[in-house]
Order: sequence, then structure tokens, then C-alpha cells
Amino acid sequence: MKTFHKGGVHPNDNKLNADAPAQVLPFDGPYCILVSQHLGAPSTPIVKKGDKVKRGQPLTENQAFLSSVVHAPVSGTVQNVAEAPDAGNFARPAIFIQPDGDEAEDFISDDPTLDREIRLSPAEIIERVKAMGIVGLGGACFPTHVKLSIPKDCKADYLLVNGVECEPYLIDDYRLMLDKPDEILVGVSILMKALSVDKAIIGIEANKPKAIALLKEKAAAYDGISVEALKMKYPQGAEKQLVKALTGREVPSGKLPINAGCVIQNVGTCFAVYEAVQKHKPLTERLVTVTGPMVKEPRNFWVKIGTPVSALVEACGGLPENTGKIIAGGPMMGKALPHLNVPVTKGLSALLLLPDEQAHRGTVAHCIRCGKCVAACPMGLEPYLLHAAVLHQRMDLCEHHHITDCIECGCCQYTCPSFRPLLDTLRLGKNKVNQIIRNRNTTK
Amino acid sequence: MSDEKSVSRKLVVSGSPHIHGPESVAKIMWGVVIALLPALAVSIYYFGLPAVRTILVSTAACMACEWLIQRFLLKKPCSLKDGSAVITGLLLAFNLPATLPWWMTVLGAMAAIGLAKMAYGGLGNNPFNPALVGRVFLLISFPVAMTTWPQPIDQANPEFVLNAADALTGPTPLSLIKENLQQGISVDESLRTLGVTPLELLTGHRAGSLGEVSVLAILLGGLFLLWRRIITWHIPVAFLGSAFVFAAILYAADPQAFLPPGFSLLTGGIMLGAFFMATDMVTSPMTPWGKIVFGLGCGLLTILIRNFGAYPGGVSFAILIMNAFVPLINRGFKPKRYGC
Repeated sequence: MKTFHKGGVHPNDNKLNADAPAQVLPFDGPYCILVSQHLGAPSTPIVKKGDKVKRGQPLTENQAFLSSVVHAPVSGTVQNVAEAPDAGNFARPAIFIQPDGDEAEDFISDDPTLDREIRLSPAEIIERVKAMGIVGLGGACFPTHVKLSIPKDCKADYLLVNGVECEPYLIDDYRLMLDKPDEILVGVSILMKALSVDKAIIGIEANKPKAIALLKEKAAAYDGISVEALKMKYPQGAEKQLVKALTGREVPSGKLPINAGCVIQNVGTCFAVYEAVQKHKPLTERLVTVTGPMVKEPRNFWVKIGTPVSALVEACGGLPENTGKIIAGGPMMGKALPHLNVPVTKGLSALLLLPDEQAHRGTVAHCIRCGKCVAACPMGLEPYLLHAAVLHQRMDLCEHHHITDCIECGCCQYTCPSFRPLLDTLRLGKNKVNQIIRNRNTTK
Repeated sequence: MSDEKSVSRKLVVSGSPHIHGPESVAKIMWGVVIALLPALAVSIYYFGLPAVRTILVSTAACMACEWLIQRFLLKKPCSLKDGSAVITGLLLAFNLPATLPWWMTVLGAMAAIGLAKMAYGGLGNNPFNPALVGRVFLLISFPVAMTTWPQPIDQANPEFVLNAADALTGPTPLSLIKENLQQGISVDESLRTLGVTPLELLTGHRAGSLGEVSVLAILLGGLFLLWRRIITWHIPVAFLGSAFVFAAILYAADPQAFLPPGFSLLTGGIMLGAFFMATDMVTSPMTPWGKIVFGLGCGLLTILIRNFGAYPGGVSFAILIMNAFVPLINRGFKPKRYGC
């Protein structure tokens, strides 16, 4: 069975709600839609207080290429255009909508039957994907149309579809693969057409045998799409590691997967592309897992973007008494939330509640130079060295030892027997070094 | 709303990752202590009460020394529960003759913990293996006491003794051969008259440092360390492999003057060194290739010192010399980066 070869760790996978079917989360508002939910240039609102909006109506605009827009998840009235906290508790511009009836934009088709026939041209597909606000749903929220627009000096050989879900607890991609396999495969075909590649590989980790079997069976009917079972190892779902695992290629340092001839899309993104291209639906809802060791009823929900995460917790029987940490995303790369008053965004895959006894870090001891961080680093870096260099403010050393290659997967800190905050310092150093490099390039 | 506020007060907000693997320093160190138990049992079986005394004195002295320095000089919280002082104590005892006077053991413990470990800032900061520094300190300070080896107790007719003066002493196989060579007796001749069978070398029925005598017990502990992933195979395999190959080359060149390679691996402290001393995380390299180079160096130097140096066993010096090279090795042998 294939996998990537360098580093990685094996945390317990804890897929608690693998068998909980996805259900629609009812919520009667108000919805709070953050204006910028993507990586790139921020968008500007085009609605104002008191406006009536239809479901699927664009709420923001942006002329920049590296950007995306958001749409109304429900029909209703714009209550306010104000600020709301994001997952990092920073105040961000947001649009509040009070739902009222269900009036959809005319172009949207709510017909659930499968539509296999791809009528749009590659350029039209990319245009549509941009207009429907599709971003990478694996968590990074990179605008999908940018990934589909291949630079002139590159050529895509493979479309790699990420169904790995290597983070413990996360299970939304798995549920989607079980519930919407045909839609995902049509979405993959659409992306293949947009990229003009003839090979697509869907990578799924071996702890999801049902999804592997189902997609293998269905993929037989589609040209050029294959399904690959991957040996369990974190961080296999990271782009560079997935490229290595599925194709044996390596993305050159400082470059993107397209420089290795690969474009990677999450299975959730493939489904969103299907909905956008075949049903003309903007991205206004997604699957979110609510999970954790002490959650009474761990469940998976179809949630409209803009729903506060408190509604998700309520639907699962409320916040357990001993909750110590609430994480947006998985336990390895997710963000700890300061409160539940945060809206669901396009990038939210899970809400993980950890009990108080698992919420605190261990006592930091001296580095015992065991080398476990070096062995665990999937990028072949030396985290102990970078950690010390950052603590001594030696950014020159950090740059020399390639801190910018760090993918922030957290394997080093996970494995450190001295509980050293390796990733905290590496993140800090990486940001500083990136800033130094930018300044150097602009002054040149 | 009030509900949310009460929640926000107790929520922990920290950077990812939010979960941690099963390892901790204490688990690793106590794992090493467990791995030392078979050799400990064998040493008590063969050397009796003197071995018990040396082990207890050494461990207690190491722990006391660390506690005192931590408490009164560094003014930091007690670090004994991480288990590293116990390991140093046990390993130091393993490197001493069972009948060494107790106060020498205490001095060795002070050198090991005080000089080699705490002077650098405690666990993780020491460049040299503390137990080996303690042992070499004693070897240089008290050469006679440190080379007066008790013979194993005759199990058919056990006699319990505590004082070195009362114990039946004799040379270790290696020192006997070395002395004989100086008197013109060939290795072949020595091996014939030695009266130690390979089986006895495996079980530990021979004179020597109290913890190094039984190859089997050390291998058992070494396998445990490998299974628990506290050590990797690189250092022991490179160490023993290079020692074997180098010894084989010498033996092929002149069987009269040099030991057979198999015998070289079964005698002296090479097994204890390869599995427990050279693999000390703090004082060995970080990367697999670095570890291999480190192990190769240890093996070569051991055989070199044994055959051409003044000491019959060369493991301690070999490892200490290679310890000094570790920063250089870490600099030279980097992990292979992704995408290069």
C-alpha cells in the first residue's frame, strides 16, 4: 500500500461519528456571513442594511484574481453589515441576515437527480467556479479557480483528489464520499476537463474501507479516474505528502504542486464544483462534524455557512460540563476557539470538543536531543534546531535551515517527549523569515 | 449569553497541535531503567551482596547529588522523577567492579552527576555521557581498585563477602590476554588456558564490571529498548558491526597477536556500551546516518584502544571521544529534505 516515506506520526484516529449519517441542521437565524472566507485579497460587501436578498445571491465582490466571494445562504433581510469575531477572535467585517421564507435565485436548480453531462467549456467552468465562491474545503480555503488556472510554464499531468482525512476525529469527507459518490466523481470529471488532464487519482486512507470500495466500484464507469488506498499516516492529506504518496513525485522546495505536474482538490471541493457547475449552486453549505470524547451524540451536519457554532453544539446535546477546549478543525492543525460565538465558514470541517484533562499541555522540559522531531518531520527539517534558533532570535539561521519549508503539521510537537512548544516557535520564525525575505525582495 | 461568558472563562486557547503522542521524558528514562533490570539481576546473581551495595550506593549518590545541586546551587524544582539520575546511577554501577570501596563509588557518582551533567545545566545539556565520565574519573584516580575484579560467586558453594580484600579476585579475560601478550604469550595460547567458554561469556560467568558480564541479559534489555522505540538499531549495529569487521581484519593479519572478532564482541563492556551507553539520546547524533557514523567511530576506536592502547577495554574512551564529535556529526549529517 502506498504512502509518503519521510517522517509522519500515527495518532489514534478516533473516528467517533463515522456511522452517523449527515443530517440538516435547522437554524432560524440570524446568520453571520464573514465577508472574506478565503485566502487572498479581501472582498467588499455589495449589500447594505435593510436589503432583501435571495438564497444564492452574491453578497460581496472582488476584482482581484486571487480572491473569492460569498453568497446568501438563505433568503431574507440584511440585518446589519458590521464586525464579527472569526476563529482567531479577530473582528472581521460580516453580513448578518435574518431569514425570511425561501426565495432562491432563478439560476439555481434544486433538482437532486444526478447530472452527468458536462456542458460547459473549460474556461466557462473556471469562470463558474469563481462566481460560485468555491474555495478549497480541506481547510486552507485557497480559491479553487486559481488552482484551475495553470501558469503558462507548467503542465498538469494529474488531478489528485484528497479523500485522505488523516487528521484524527475528522470524518466529514468520509461521510460525503459515502453519501455523494456519484456527484464527487462527476465533480472530478469536471475538474479534469477544466485542467485538461486525463488522469485523476482519488487517495483514501486505509481506515475507510467502505469509502474505498464504494468509490472504486463507481469510478469504474468514469474514464481515467482511479482510487488508491493509502497506508494510514499523518500528515498524508498535506498537499506535498499526498503528491509523494500518489505519484512518487516531490514538489520542489518553495514551489507549488503544479510544479510537479499535480493539482490537488479535496473531495468536498469536488462535490461543491459539481453543485456549482451542474446545478449552478453557490457554496453556501458544507458538512461539519461535531465530535469529541465526551460529546453525548457525535453527529455530522449539513450546515449553512454563517450559522454560529453554538447552534452545532446545541444540536449535539449542549456543551459537556468538562469541556476544556473547542477546536475548529482537527486536533493536529485546528484552531482553538475562544468562545462559541463564531460563525461557520467555508473552511470549517469539524468542531472538536476536548475535555479539560486533554486541553492542557504537558510541563516543558529541556530538549533531550532524542531526535524524534527530526524523524517525525515530513519535510526533512530539524525542528529542534529551528526551535533553538527562533528562541535565540537567529532568523538568519532559521532561513539557512529552511524554516520556510515547514508545513505546520505539528508532528514535531506531537512527538516531543519534553513537551517543547516546537510548532509555536517555528510558526513565529517562519512568519518573521517570510517577512524578512519579502522586505529584501522589495528593497532590491 | 451569560452561559457563553462562563464558558469562555475556562476554555483553553493554544496553538495546534492539540494532542500529544504517548512519549514523555520520564517514560523514556524509566523504560531504560526497566531495560537494565535483566543485567542487574545477573550481576546480583554472580557477584552477590557487593553488587547490591555498589548499585545502591551509586544510585543513591547520583540521586542525592542531583537533588542537592538542583536545590541549592541551581535553585530549581526537583528533577529526580524524570529518572535520568537513576539511570546514571545504575550505569555507573554497571561499569564498576562489584567490590569497589563505597566511598569511591560516591566520588564517581559526584563526578558523573556534578561534573558531567549538572555543571552543564542538567539533563539534555551534557555533551558527554555522565556515567562514563564517572567511570573514567575513577579509572584514572584509582587504577588499582578499578581493575581489581571479583570472580563470580561459585553458585554450588556460595560465600557471601562484602570487602574487596576478602573476595576472590582475578583479571577479566581481556586484561589477562593483554598481560600475557606483553609477556610474549600468544592470543591462541591465552584463549586455551583462559578457561572461559563462550556460553559463560553469554550468561556472564566471568570477572568484570558488575553489569557488563552477561551478554544475554544486555541483549534482552537492548531488544526491549528497540521494541519500545527508545533506541533505534543504527548505533548498536554500526558499533558492533564496525568493531567486528575491524577486529576480523586484525585477526586475519595476525591471529597470534589479535583476538578473534567473535570473542571481541563477547568480552569487555562492548555490549553494554553499544546498547546502553552509546545510545544515550543526549550525547548521540540526531539523524540515522549521523548515528551510523557515530557507531562506526565507536567500534573502530574500541578495537583500536583495546589492541594498541594502554587499556584492555576501550569502550568508555571510545564513546567519550565520539561524544565530542556529536555536534560536528549533527552538522554534517542532515536529514534529506523533501523536494531537494
